Amino acid sequence: MKRIYVEEKWCLGCHLCEYECAYANSGIADMVKALKGKDIFPRIQVEDGEGVHFAVNCRHCSDPICVKSCIAGALSREEDGMVIIDQDKCVGCYTCVMVCPYGAIMPAEGGKVAQKCMLCTDNQMNGEPNCVKNCPNRAIVFEERG
Amino acid sequence: MKYVIIGNSTAALYAVEGIRSVDKKGKIAIISDEKHAAYGRPLISYYLYGKIDMEHIAYRPADFYEKTGAELILGERAVKIEAQEKKVVLQSGKKVSYDKLLVATGSRPFVPPMGGLDGVENKFSFMNLDDALSLERALSPEKDVLIVGAGLIGLKCMEGILGRCRSVTVIDLADRILPSILDEGGAAFVQKQLEKKGVRFILKDSAAKFEQNVAYTKNGEKIPFDILVVAVGVRPNTELVKDAGGEVARGIVTDDGQRTSIPDVFAAGDNCESFDISSGTRRILALLPNAALQGECAGVNMAGGDAHFTNAVPMNAIGFFGSHIATAGVYEGECFEDIAPDHYKKLFYKDDRLKGYILIDCIGRAGIYTSLIRNQTPLSSVDFELLKKSPALMAFSAAAREDKLARRQ
Amino acid sequence: MSDTLFMYPEYEVVRDYDKCIACRVCERQCANEVHSYDPDLKKMLADSTKCVNCHRCVCLCPTHALKIVKSDDTYKINGNWNNQTINEVYRQAGTGGVLLSSMGTPKPYPVYWDKMLVNASQVTNPSIDPLREPMETAVYLGKKNAKIERDEKGKLKDTLPPQLKLSVPVMFSAMSYGSISYNAHESLARAAEELGIYYNTGEGGLHKDFYKYGKNTIVQVASGRFGVFKDYLETAAAIEIKMGQGAKPGIGGHLPGSKITDAVSTTRMIPKGVDAISPAPHHDIYSIEDLRQLVYSLKEATGYKKPVIVKIAAVHNCAAIASGIARSGADIIAIDGFRGGTGAAPTRIRDNVGIPIELALASVDTRLREEGIRDNVSIVAAGSVRSAADLVKAIALGADACYIGTAALLSLGCHLCRSCHQGKCNWGIATQVPELVKRLNPEVGYKRLVNLVTAWKHELQEMMGGMGINSVEALRGNRLMLRGIGLTEKELSVLGIRHAGE
Repeated sequence: MKRIYVEEKWCLGCHLCEYECAYANSGIADMVKALKGKDIFPRIQVEDGEGVHFAVNCRHCSDPICVKSCIAGALSREEDGMVIIDQDKCVGCYTCVMVCPYGAIMPAEGGKVAQKCMLCTDNQMNGEPNCVKNCPNRAIVFEERG
Repeated sequence: MKYVIIGNSTAALYAVEGIRSVDKKGKIAIISDEKHAAYGRPLISYYLYGKIDMEHIAYRPADFYEKTGAELILGERAVKIEAQEKKVVLQSGKKVSYDKLLVATGSRPFVPPMGGLDGVENKFSFMNLDDALSLERALSPEKDVLIVGAGLIGLKCMEGILGRCRSVTVIDLADRILPSILDEGGAAFVQKQLEKKGVRFILKDSAAKFEQNVAYTKNGEKIPFDILVVAVGVRPNTELVKDAGGEVARGIVTDDGQRTSIPDVFAAGDNCESFDISSGTRRILALLPNAALQGECAGVNMAGGDAHFTNAVPMNAIGFFGSHIATAGVYEGECFEDIAPDHYKKLFYKDDRLKGYILIDCIGRAGIYTSLIRNQTPLSSVDFELLKKSPALMAFSAAAREDKLARRQ
Repeated sequence: MSDTLFMYPEYEVVRDYDKCIACRVCERQCANEVHSYDPDLKKMLADSTKCVNCHRCVCLCPTHALKIVKSDDTYKINGNWNNQTINEVYRQAGTGGVLLSSMGTPKPYPVYWDKMLVNASQVTNPSIDPLREPMETAVYLGKKNAKIERDEKGKLKDTLPPQLKLSVPVMFSAMSYGSISYNAHESLARAAEELGIYYNTGEGGLHKDFYKYGKNTIVQVASGRFGVFKDYLETAAAIEIKMGQGAKPGIGGHLPGSKITDAVSTTRMIPKGVDAISPAPHHDIYSIEDLRQLVYSLKEATGYKKPVIVKIAAVHNCAAIASGIARSGADIIAIDGFRGGTGAAPTRIRDNVGIPIELALASVDTRLREEGIRDNVSIVAAGSVRSAADLVKAIALGADACYIGTAALLSLGCHLCRSCHQGKCNWGIATQVPELVKRLNPEVGYKRLVNLVTAWKHELQEMMGGMGINSVEALRGNRLMLRGIGLTEKELSVLGIRHAGE
């Protein structure tokens, strides 16, 4: 399956991906309207260090511990390999947050349910991950890797 | 090949998936004394709290059994394993034969002897959906509830019902709430939050006897109540295996492939022990993720695969009224603390390994800590000083990060 | 005392607060620290005095809330003393130093490319459709003066001196590692390889990582001899002796110590952190005869297998100089016009010294033809070839190929802010700061270069087809295909073309 991979070497730490993610998942067509004056809760998060930056989002593990740990059966793995969350089923216990070794699942805005990257299949981007599309340096790529 | 699974909860369902990952055809039968399709067992408090409805409580999509070809025998209790004949005897007298058997019977509430308990009319356990549904029927806004037990079950029950009754009092013999997962400081931190919500706690005391709707404590307190919930603890359902001659310690003893000492009989879930990698001991880890991992491992091995489950970690994510607690491992060795009015954090480390943690209202990315415990990562190989501040992949080497972020997982 | 006491910033950063979402990308991406976030005002602020107008923030702003405009603040209108001139005085009065600037001159000198028009076929001489018929864009650079000789058996002997084959008559100009970044170099090298053309190391040596691109590399030997040694020469496809550079004729290069990092120092074989100053002249070349010695030294060192290029700045007597070079044994002459770019040059020299490439090219080609030695050398024109149209005109004026520098940098993201000499290029090109260098991902960069040259190739084919010409060889020196527009008799005569309508 095509996954999002992060090339630390090329990440500039600009944090655009976070804003593009928040916008993609806002359900609002205009970015300004979606994000102006608001705190953002992106599903991809950039870590910044001394000269080192990289974005982290769901790895879509082939053996996802989050899915096995979900007390509500809200997390599952699709046949194509994508790990998805059904927020209608999520009760916000955050067991997934406790087990994800990448720190890639986080409380959604409002703190009532968890959220994670679903490769923009669940929003207005129609499966074209917006972080990848707008990364200015191809530090985030969406591709098939062995 | 015929697979029989006793139990229809997390371990059982993961066993079905484990079996099917190897054997697409063999017959699978699931025996359960509950009448419901599998539901997220810990969801019962969330159901009462109103966070989830009956429609969404199912643990798997409705077509799960059909798709996996698992036959359901519901409302039937398995009473005996005839290991020689490879048969399971049901309460109805019917016998179900198996080639491979999984005992995923979970645990049951433990009710200690308390005088006069039999005379209490509205008393409940809080283990399964039927418990929750009957408790719900008894609840109303003018009722006072007494919960015996300030552990995980008792307090989740409390959260579920606090808004649906007049008052909730929680009594526990222990000196603090959530004693199995929190240290004193953490317990006090959470207790203060809960008391602000109106919960009354009576600690270091116990209900000595009941006279209908009044409890008398050992220390002489008199507590009137309308509803009593007993959530003192649980006991693993080990009898089926024990009676069939299988080895049982605190829980059912299995190898790392979930095999019991009886040939072709496997066990998984809250009824059996795991090897806790954080303490290096075998113990019961009655946790949903653990049941899932054990169940899957058992299923794979039942179908002839080769799975091992060797790195169980005790861990709990629990929360009350929007605050969140995550704990894992054991609280041994040196401790790093970061305690403030709005959060509580302790990391325990020893011999170059992270052993455990307590995080209250600072659970973000806690899985990075958990992975350090589970993988027994040498702390000298990561930037532990950075990790103390907050869990971050930045603390790993560039090569480890590349492995995590630029390779398929 | 700060310069800003006397000067209003030349450009203003204009933020549309209705659109700004305070994502702070501008702040994180500006190495000049123009932008900042004020938590009290909950607003982004900008200090225009620090802005170099590189447009990095403008381009990365996800809501297009930013623009940079020329300040309309003006000193009292004065036809003689304009703002720029006055500011330069203020700057020098503040620093006491030579003014430095980068890239090609921004002064509005005539651009002769824009005063020449290209012919097309109508009726009597059919045009060619490059999509349907062969259209050769490959060229070979090198001496073409082979003698017809046969061996005892009567077979033809191969006496053709070494040639460089280009799939398109375009090469990437000399830009040294040091003046531009590792990633910029990698982009150029990979693009040259994929395109079947050449890039040029400039006077910066060749990073060991790039030896693998040797067959697409022209290595430079300049007055400082930085990074020159046996392997360097042997790895290359051709060797270029740099006598001069269009942006700064008459002076040598100057790489500030701050750009001389460990890797640059190793590659150039010079001390780290100390300014690298190449002499104005080659101290061993004071005549064509001396030049000939160096040409043959390099040929001798590399077994006569590689063409040697001599690059000169376009100056007043360049035709005579070129005539000398054509007799020096050099295979190729590169002529760099005064609008050519640079990483750093004294402003006065950049803006006032040298002549336009169009005139230099025409006069050199004419002179060599007149002297019957045109086939002794190929001619490469450089110094602001901005498009396929410029390329076509250059070839028609007599060039065998063109070097492109600025256009290549633009395709890598350069926005011509002309601040290369400050070393803080926000696009990761003219910098050695690791945090900035990584902004240019060669994977992205090389593809953009490939795209650019590929696009030019298509345009070149289309324009040639229109003229009814099906190979670059047939266009070269074909000045009948050009007509001047708005040019004086003298200009037309130097260019060797007729006026439009004639």
